[in-house]
Amino acid sequence: MRRLLPLLGIAVACALLSLLAEGVLVPGVSLPRSLLYPMRIVTLAGINIILAVSLNLINGFTGQFSIGHAGFMAIGAYGAAWVAMTFGAVVRGAVDFLPAFASDTVLLVVCLAVGALLSALGGLLVGIPSLRLRGDYLAIVTLGFGEIIRVFILNIDTVGGARGYVGIPNLVGFGWVYFTAAATLIVVHNIVHSSFGRTLLAVREDEIAAGAMGVNTTRAKVISFVISSSMAGIAGGLFAFYDGYLHTNEFTFIKSIEIVIMIVIGGLGSSLGSVVGGALYIVLTELLRPVDQYGSGLRMVVFSLALILIMIFRPQGLLGSIDFHALRRRRDDKKTVLAGRP
Amino acid sequence: VNGLSLGSIYGLIALGYTMVYGILRLINFAHGDVYMVGAYAGYYFSAYLRGDEPSFFRAGLVMVASVAVCAVLGLLIERLAYRPVRSASKMTSLITAIGVSLLLENLGQLVFGATPQSVRSPAPSFSFRLGEVTVKSADLTIFVVSLLVAGFLYVLVMKTKTGIAMRAVSYNLDAAKLMGVPTDRVIAFTFALGSGFAAVAGVLVGMAIPQIHPLMGIMYGLKAFVAAVLGGIGDIWGALLGGLLIGLAETFVVAYGSPTYRDAIAFAILILLLLFRPQGILGRPVREKV
Repeated sequence: MRRLLPLLGIAVACALLSLLAEGVLVPGVSLPRSLLYPMRIVTLAGINIILAVSLNLINGFTGQFSIGHAGFMAIGAYGAAWVAMTFGAVVRGAVDFLPAFASDTVLLVVCLAVGALLSALGGLLVGIPSLRLRGDYLAIVTLGFGEIIRVFILNIDTVGGARGYVGIPNLVGFGWVYFTAAATLIVVHNIVHSSFGRTLLAVREDEIAAGAMGVNTTRAKVISFVISSSMAGIAGGLFAFYDGYLHTNEFTFIKSIEIVIMIVIGGLGSSLGSVVGGALYIVLTELLRPVDQYGSGLRMVVFSLALILIMIFRPQGLLGSIDFHALRRRRDDKKTVLAGRP
Repeated sequence: VNGLSLGSIYGLIALGYTMVYGILRLINFAHGDVYMVGAYAGYYFSAYLRGDEPSFFRAGLVMVASVAVCAVLGLLIERLAYRPVRSASKMTSLITAIGVSLLLENLGQLVFGATPQSVRSPAPSFSFRLGEVTVKSADLTIFVVSLLVAGFLYVLVMKTKTGIAMRAVSYNLDAAKLMGVPTDRVIAFTFALGSGFAAVAGVLVGMAIPQIHPLMGIMYGLKAFVAAVLGGIGDIWGALLGGLLIGLAETFVVAYGSPTYRDAIAFAILILLLLFRPQGILGRPVREKV
């Protein structure tokens, strides 16, 4: 628990910062307009971080290559939005004794929970059959499931179909996103450092040997997949309540690939790497925007070149295997030196 | 008939996937985009060579020129992007492939413009009736050409010295290198060949569905890969068969079901197949080694 205090501190700081920014703590004071665009980028970066950290659990720590993450994000987004649109009034009615801010929170938590549950269910249904496959076959099957999920949502008319889903309440800002991101990090950190986490690492290093040691590899993989999917669902829900508009074109396999790119440029199997990758991806694409004035689309050309170069010269990702614990170890080393112990 | 010609296109692209995957175990995500470049090359060459009368000779010329362009492009991609990461992990080469794919797509939008272009076919077009159905010359050409290409590839791989080298590299790259096979050259040749086939598909699709745009490679590429897996990856006839199956299935779904499900059907077939027969229709099962 002591080890998690810094993360919790970050979470609380995020929450306070956002309350301040949205003028809840100090009424009447809100952000200047010039900061709205950077705020949006930073918030979307937070959603990316949740997606990357959760995908890293299955791709980086369990070693199962999944490229269908956008599908689970879509389930969570549409599920949460649908609950808010259909039962929003009911939920608010049940807690109408609370102030508006608190009832918003209750509604948000309920919707996100339902979205996460639906995504977890989706993850279970997809995971059980497909996790028997490995390597590239698993990749292509998860990709296929991701696309199938998207096409099915596209054909459900109650959530807007091809018109997109409009009128979703805006319940989420900067603070919620980063609070959730910190929570995701804590959960993934705890999983990886638990005995179940050791099981996952064993499956990653050598599935056959792990099986021979008595690990139920399929069960471990499916559980990890389900947890990862539910987190993607939460990220999707946050996105829905942040943007207020959903369209299935947001959740194509290109989005899945973007998330894979984030974790690979950050460094597979490193939560810190996922955070850096998730943030860097969107910041880099936005910073390159001025390049577009020399020719529309030049930005993405530069971006893809950068991606190829990173892969050629730094194939283990920007951070490699450096993770949060590495930072801490350095500090611990200092402490031992100061204490004069060997 | 639409299904057959669409399926042949998928099959032609799938040939390139199956060759590269067979040799390097790499999903060459950029392959669909090479196909796009092929289609554009066909478009520009046929505009450049436009005479008064469309003729088969001129169509052949366009085809050869486009194939040459794409083969060079394939060589460049292999040399500049894939060779440096060949010894790195699988994930790394996959992301590199995605990077190349993004690069070609965006470069395509920059150079060719984002608006779709319509192609005027350089070959004479005609149609005839075969019993109940009308067969257009473009559809027939696509089908016949893809059969010819697959046959050519089969002979190449099975009967020539280069083919033996390719199979050796595919079986075990290091062992082949020790036996004196010039592996780098064989891999480069494979890329050139696969990209050339993509160009053939690109030019042909310009004749049948006369509209091309820089992002057309994404979906075609993905479904062609699915076709390659469906038929059994590494198998030439399997790739063609898988392509035809997916083309037919899609056409039927559009005709008798909902067109919005079109993109899902290929994946649904794939998932069902992989669950019951992971090695593909014509593939051989691979024993797992500890």
